[in-house]
Amino acid sequence: MSNGLRAADNGQHKLDLHDISMVYRTRRGGTVLAVDRLSLHVGDREFVSIVGPSGCGKSTVLRMVAGLVRASSGTVLLDGAPVTEPGADRGMVFQSYTLFHWLTVQRNIEFGLQLKRMPAADRATIARRYLDLVGLGGFERAYPKELSGGMMQRVALARALANDPDVLLMDEPFGALDAQTRVLMQELLLELWQRQPKTILFVTHDIEESIFLSDRIYVMSARPGRIKAEIAVPLPRPRTLDATTDPAFVALKREIFELIRAESAKAINVVGE
Amino acid sequence: MSRVTDETRPAIIYPVQRREGWLSYLNPQEAIPRPIYLAAMVTTVALLLVLWAALTYGGVVNQLFLPSPTAVVDALVKMVGDGSLWGHMRASLLVIVVGWALAVVVAVPLGIVMGSFRLFEAILEPLVNFVRYLPVSALIPLLILYIGIDVRERIAVIFIGTFFQLVLLVADVAAHVPHDLLDSAYTLGAKRRHALTHVLIPATLPGVMDNLRITIGWAWTYLVVAELVAAEQGLGYLILDSMRGLFVARIFVGLLTIGLLGFATDQIFKWLHRKLLPWSPRIA
Repeated sequence: MSNGLRAADNGQHKLDLHDISMVYRTRRGGTVLAVDRLSLHVGDREFVSIVGPSGCGKSTVLRMVAGLVRASSGTVLLDGAPVTEPGADRGMVFQSYTLFHWLTVQRNIEFGLQLKRMPAADRATIARRYLDLVGLGGFERAYPKELSGGMMQRVALARALANDPDVLLMDEPFGALDAQTRVLMQELLLELWQRQPKTILFVTHDIEESIFLSDRIYVMSARPGRIKAEIAVPLPRPRTLDATTDPAFVALKREIFELIRAESAKAINVVGE
Repeated sequence: MSRVTDETRPAIIYPVQRREGWLSYLNPQEAIPRPIYLAAMVTTVALLLVLWAALTYGGVVNQLFLPSPTAVVDALVKMVGDGSLWGHMRASLLVIVVGWALAVVVAVPLGIVMGSFRLFEAILEPLVNFVRYLPVSALIPLLILYIGIDVRERIAVIFIGTFFQLVLLVADVAAHVPHDLLDSAYTLGAKRRHALTHVLIPATLPGVMDNLRITIGWAWTYLVVAELVAAEQGLGYLILDSMRGLFVARIFVGLLTIGLLGFATDQIFKWLHRKLLPWSPRIA
């Protein structure tokens, strides 16, 4: 499944971040170095997570890949081409509920397809297919206000996937859900990914989540964010919940926890901007 | 060994405080039975009517200051009968609706632009914020000078009374559209223009609708001010004119009509909100 670890013949990965830095200007006129010369890569159809303490800049890194924010220096390359603006090739799922509440579930999922001028019948077919895939068949005409948090995130996932992006970016997508729903969503995500492999860059602060889901994990330091460690997850796929009791899993969890603990201690007294 | 609970026993719900009785209604934010709620509403209105009757029929208050219910009903019947009340209502409704609608047509787009683009906020906000505080009645001499003393001047009063507030309210709604909504659109492939028309504007609709309801309510409060000058018809005019002849019962008829019309427009807008925006998360 994770055949993306091998770079393409020209040394290029699906997603390449080279020496990314981010500098913010604060309201008081000073500057903050949020991300410091960070480099990482994601292979084709690889599932990679970024884990780190709050405020370390992991969401910023993701937003740079999405093109929502410009790096102060460094480059973001998708298939070798630089990324500067948002686009449908990099779909994103956010943590907060970002469904368009004036549209039905089906219209939400069709949103990206409509932008591509796809005919209505084709849009509907694709929307219904993804709705079924996330287990919400029958909810086509519901409005977001009628859905629970987990259901909304499933629609958000379907909406992003239906648009067939080259890369799927996920910013703590399950962070606002309760623990049980979160686990179900993780399993759903893996199931979808097995069925239709995609390149995924996943940001989370939940160590277990990152190990359960990923092929590789980047551990970020506290601000200014740097890559502290790059850790391969050798657990076999497909992964079930049993994997969480596997000794290898537990060992990885311990290792990453220790790496992050020191960083978290640095991070807890940092004031947000 | 974990204990398995018997799932056929009913779940524990919060105990109904039957023993505390009336005192429990004083617990903050606690629900009260619907019959009690309705009874309290009806009782208040009934008590007010009884008090009104007692004060007037009992001779406690001079009928000049507070006409009796009979006097008011008499005046109402007379004015409905000879058609004058409808005439006043139509004249006022025209001024209110046209003035308010003009304000809406200009204020909503302007407000959305102001709330979405910091540049326009910088350009427009100081002016809007300043004029907002000017009392409309103080502007009447200027309005008479510029427009005259016909119906257009009265419409202008309503316009000014609602426009500046509405721009700022709408700007606030637009500014609070969650940025993640726009970002979601961008990552689905939307360009800026599409995000504006297909995400930002729909997202502002519930807030704007609410503000429309609120501002038409304010428009009613400017009616008397609007009809101060050379009106020949209108509920505000009715009140002012009745004062001259001390027809206090007619003043009350005018006030009650304004109050009921204002209440009706409020209810209409609440209904419109539910009908036109069924997806709205706001409880209108």
